[in-house]
Amino acid sequence: MALDIEKPIEGNFQIIGGEFDTAGGASSHLKSKLVELGVEEGIIRRASIATFEAEMNVIIYAAAGRLSFLITPTYIEIKIEDMGPGIEDLDQAMEEGYSTAPDWVRDMGWGAGMGLPNMKKNSDEFKIDSVVGEGTSIEMIMKLP
Amino acid sequence: MKLHEIIEILGASIIVNTLDMDMQIQNACSADMMSTVMYYHTANSLLITGLSQPSVVRTAEMAGIKAIVFVLDKAPADNIVEMAKEKNITLLKTPNCMYTASGKLFQSGLPSCLGK
Repeated sequence: MALDIEKPIEGNFQIIGGEFDTAGGASSHLKSKLVELGVEEGIIRRASIATFEAEMNVIIYAAAGRLSFLITPTYIEIKIEDMGPGIEDLDQAMEEGYSTAPDWVRDMGWGAGMGLPNMKKNSDEFKIDSVVGEGTSIEMIMKLP
Repeated sequence: MKLHEIIEILGASIIVNTLDMDMQIQNACSADMMSTVMYYHTANSLLITGLSQPSVVRTAEMAGIKAIVFVLDKAPADNIVEMAKEKNITLLKTPNCMYTASGKLFQSGLPSCLGK
């Protein structure tokens, strides 16, 4: 059943690299909105996990980034753009377990090499573009039945 | 397995209590890497971890995990405790290490999130 909303709901967030203690603010906000709208629990979980992973990637690897979401009656769209180092080999980065995270990031519980695979797994549509030295952008769509 | 049984088996102390002690926990996941938790989790599960960073509670929030057990009696900082209260996630700590805590619960019938 499509969502009964008059117009799409949007959210925009700035994410600052290295801010581990407040990580997850954007995902938490999106999750609250989806709960409020009565979206099915499994879809909420997929959208929350994919968004949180995307947020963490900005925090771990980039100087800063921007995350936006759009909730329409039939889909949820999440876009992330960062000012980070970019990814040299996207195929390799999408492999489960491949990570370039330094040890201090692993000590904080991140850098397992499951972030991008997790985003893809939880999205119905997943697009990633990256330019080395400029940054990475990701678009994810979760369909609402 | 009921939450109070988990507490008894692990000799755990309650740090934050947000749940009915008779609540059924379906399965558990032991990990220190948060993406691994989000990849393999199932809802209404228990997370056994040695990591006491704020992102543990955030991960539980996103993944629909109801309770977290910190091993080796690790006490989370106040900001983590506050976040758990706000997000309705129960926090426990056990003197057991991760291997022992996981083994005790598995042996008592609490299955893995992954089912293998």
